[in-house]
Formats: sequence, C-alpha cells, structure tokens
Amino acid sequence: MSAITREEVAHLARLSRLELSEAELDHFAEQLDAIVGAVARVSELPTEDVPPTSHALPMTNVFRQDVVRPAGTPVLDRAEVLAQAPAAEDDRFRVPRILGED
Amino acid sequence: MTDIVKKTAAETAAAIAAGEVSAVEVAEAHLDRIAKVDDRINAFLHVDAEGALAAARAVDAKRAAGEKLGPLAGVPLALKDLFTTHNVPTTCGSKILEGWLPPYDATVTRRLREADVVILGKSNMDEFAMGSSTENSAYGPTRNPWDLDRIPGGSGGGSAAALASFQAPLAIGTDTGGSIRQPGAVTGTVGVKPTYGGVSRYGMVAFSSSLDQGGPCARTVLDAALLHEAIAGHDPLDSTSIDAPVPAVVEAAKLGATQGIAGMRVGVVKQFAGEGYQAGVVQRFQESVELLRSLGAEVVEIDAPSFDFALPAYYLIAPSECSSNLARFDAMRYGLRVGDDGNHSAEEVTALTREAGFGAEVKRRIMLGTYALSSGYYDAYYGQAQKVRTLIIRDFEAAFTQVDVLVSPTTPTTAFKIGERADDPMAMYLADLCTIPTNLAGNAGMSLPCGLAPEDGLPVGLQILAPAMADDRLYRVGAALEAALLEQWGRPILDLAPAL
Repeated sequence: MSAITREEVAHLARLSRLELSEAELDHFAEQLDAIVGAVARVSELPTEDVPPTSHALPMTNVFRQDVVRPAGTPVLDRAEVLAQAPAAEDDRFRVPRILGED
Repeated sequence: MTDIVKKTAAETAAAIAAGEVSAVEVAEAHLDRIAKVDDRINAFLHVDAEGALAAARAVDAKRAAGEKLGPLAGVPLALKDLFTTHNVPTTCGSKILEGWLPPYDATVTRRLREADVVILGKSNMDEFAMGSSTENSAYGPTRNPWDLDRIPGGSGGGSAAALASFQAPLAIGTDTGGSIRQPGAVTGTVGVKPTYGGVSRYGMVAFSSSLDQGGPCARTVLDAALLHEAIAGHDPLDSTSIDAPVPAVVEAAKLGATQGIAGMRVGVVKQFAGEGYQAGVVQRFQESVELLRSLGAEVVEIDAPSFDFALPAYYLIAPSECSSNLARFDAMRYGLRVGDDGNHSAEEVTALTREAGFGAEVKRRIMLGTYALSSGYYDAYYGQAQKVRTLIIRDFEAAFTQVDVLVSPTTPTTAFKIGERADDPMAMYLADLCTIPTNLAGNAGMSLPCGLAPEDGLPVGLQILAPAMADDRLYRVGAALEAALLEQWGRPILDLAPAL
C-alpha cells in the first residue's frame, strides 16, 4: 500500500473542503500514514466469495401514506430555522457568491 | 452530599410517586450538586436549570391532580449533546455548532419529555462522538470522578461522569464503536448499546449511520432497563428503526436479580485477551466468569477469528460514513460561518469554516474516509472492510448457535491519564477493541462494573453481548451478576470512589 504523502493530504483536504495550515499538512501526513498502515490489515483476511455488508439490518425502502400529518407531528418552523442560519434574507438562506468565480 | 442524589432512578421515581419528596426538590438537589462539583468534572456543556425545574413542576402538578405517573416521572437525566433539543443549545462538542439552537427535538428527547423525565442539561462528549476519552471536546475534557487526572472514557464521557459523580441518576449516550460501554466501564457505571434500530436516530446528529445507536446509561442495571424502555421502539421518522415490539428488558432485569441465570450458556471470546490487556482487568473479568459459573451458567470458549480484524474494518467504515455525513456542515444553513467578507466564494467559505470549526480528530477521520472511498483505493479499503464486516456477522451467528450471550472485558485497560494518548490516534483506537465488533454486526451490548483493578484501584467493566433484538438477555445476565457482586462487596461500587 502506498504511503500517505504531504501532497496526498493536501489533495484529501481539498476534496474534504478543509483549508489546512502548512503545519497541519505535515502532522496529518505522518498520522494518516500510520493509521492507513494499520487499517490495511483488512486485506490479510481471505475474502474470496464473501459478499460486502453495508448495513447490519436488511434494508428496505420505507414508504408512508400521502396524508396530512396529525397535529403534533414535528414540523420545522421557517422563521425559527432561518434565525439559526449564519445569514438570511427575504425568507431564504443568504450564501456567498457561487457563480462568476475568478 | 444529600441522600437524594445517591438514590437510584427507580427509588427516586417511587419516592416522588409516594409523595415522600417532590420532583422540584429532586431537581434542585441535582442542580445544587452540579453547581458544587461540575467545575471540577466538566460533565455538562449546558445546564438547563429553568427547563429542568419547569419539567419537575409539571410532574408535581400531575401528581397533585391525581394523575398516574410513569416509571421515571421526575427523575433527572443528563442528555448527550449529540441529541437535538428544541431551543436548547446543541453543540455535539464542536465549535462549528457553538450557539446553535435546534428548531426541533430528537425523538429520544421527545420520548424523555413524554415520560416526564427531567432533562438537567447536555453532557460533554468527544466532538461529533469521535473519540474514546472526551479529550476531543472543543469545550475541554471531562474528568473521571475516580481520579481527576484520568479520562472518563468517550465519546460519552460527560454522561458517564455525571452518573459517577452523582450529578444525575440517568444519562443518554450514543454508541458507534463503544461510546456508551467504554465510558461506563472506566467510571464504574452501566451502559447499554441497544440492537441497531432499537432506538430512533431521528435528531441524533449522524456520525456513522450504519453503526450509530443511542442508548441508556445508569448506575444500576434496572435503571438502565427502565430508561431503555422509555426511549426504545419504532419511529416512522427513522427509516432504520425496527418495527417490532421492544424486548422486555425491565422484566428481564427483575428476573435476573431474583431468578438468576441457571442453565444459560455464556461464551468467552478467545480473541478478547492477550497482549495489551491489563492484568487487573483480566483478573476481575475471570473472577466474574467464575461467578457466572457458580450462578449456574454453562461457560463455553468461543473462537471468532474475524474479530481480530474488527478494529481496522471499523476505522475504514466509520470514517468513510463520517466523511459523507459531515459534509452537511457547509456554513450555509446553520452553525459557524467564517470568511464571508465578499471576497470569498461559497466553496472557500465552506473550507475556511470547516478548518476553523472542526478539531483535529474530526479532520483526521474525514480525510481518512475520503481516502478510503476514493477511486483506486475503494476496493482495497472500504470494499474490503465491508467484506470483513460480513465475516464478523457470520462469526457472531455461529457463536450464538452455541451460547446465549458472550462476555469479555469491556475495554483492555482501566482509565488512562488525560493527555497520555491524545496525539497517538492508533493507541486511542485500541480502547474500543472489544466493543467494536458488536456495532459492525448490529447486535446488543452492555457494560457493567465488575470490580476495581488491584494495581490502580480503578473500575473494570464487564461486557455482555447478545444477538439483535435479544437485548433482554443482557439485562437478565447483567442483573444476576450485579446482584451477586453487590452481595460480595456489601455496597455499590461507586461508594468506593473518592468524595468530591
């Protein structure tokens, strides 16, 4: 298994939306390398013909009736939700620019 | 310390129902205790005195009106800060949610309110439940009431420490890889991870969705059972919630204490021993196994070779799911926002906010998960871990054809010193060696105190594991062992903890 380099950590940080500091890049490279080295042990167990398990329970889709919900069913209050947002405007979340970058 | 705070939940509820003490007096006694000791323990991130007293007054009013009270009416509780509480701060131990007031209650929160449980406040935890020591809380570590220089376990160290320091007789935890059971073990308290799907995850902030499970923490097995029944059961708001009757855990706890466990088959897992296990932990565990045998249990050795690979499989699966779940913290809809000065794009603001708002362990796990899921590595890491998960489930299935429950030490050592493993992730992860296989299989598990290690005088936990939806077996065996140990000791183990 390949070692985790500083460049690899920088790439992972970009994918993870983490603006890591220079010092963090060095520190995490060392730690993630040790962790990946240890967890790579999973490959030592023979698993030919073993199906993967994503979930311990049998998963089925859950449907509900399309009906008006009874009073008391949790419903989020818009004003209350927006009051907790970092910024809101005209009953909507206000976000930094997402178009026309650079 | 008043007698009120030393009572069990069952005793407190009975005293309130009988009118020997009011719910307000009980709440005030616990709030006083928190004021007196929590500056040293740091079990609570937020104390909701006003909310607690209002809930207590409502219980007293119900009683005065002649209404029948539920089995936990008026009993105070510490709620892990991973559960949303309407209009009451919920941080998950993270700076990224500092000051957030959730617009809704988690199902567990709602059920506690419906049961007239008095929520004292929100308990400290490792950030987003990632850790085994509560040192990863952004709000400072919780200290172990047995030795203030030591960790109370994690991630639910606040809940366990609140119980052990008599700040609350009940607490709620969550267990993704041992976060209820390991804190229980190192603080001399009882903690249960119910069957996956047994307790609703609605409003429980997600870390690793296929593993996370909320559950009860208490000072006695019966109290844990009473709390278990109050919070468990099907919830249409959680698609993984099991639509089946809740196992009769209170009845099982009562049966265990009175009828014992004669004829039950108990398996000792060969893999949960060896290098890294503290001598005193092994000694107390083996004595407990002999005690179970003397109570009439048949003890069988179980070989589960895949369990040796549970830890590496877990540290691929849990970070993978966490990297996906924590993508929700994007600085747009709630929580912290950093860098919104007109010069940064939304994507840059997200990255700056996550950098400022997440602690080191959360960043490590997000990046580890991102790595394990990335193309080129997926099959070797995440895919292979999922296959190991299948083998672990098969080993459990084979074991449970031979025995009713499995037992082991809950964690290989007693509480370690604060700071000792803080910058060594792999050493920290070893604390969950014995608890993790159960989460991967979706089974039920309990930890209860089985003595003090002779070399350091600190609590040792015994773990009991049962098949999915056989949670009642944990309580049957746990209550029987608890009763036998109590008879040997002559007093509850927490009576031996130093006074605060």
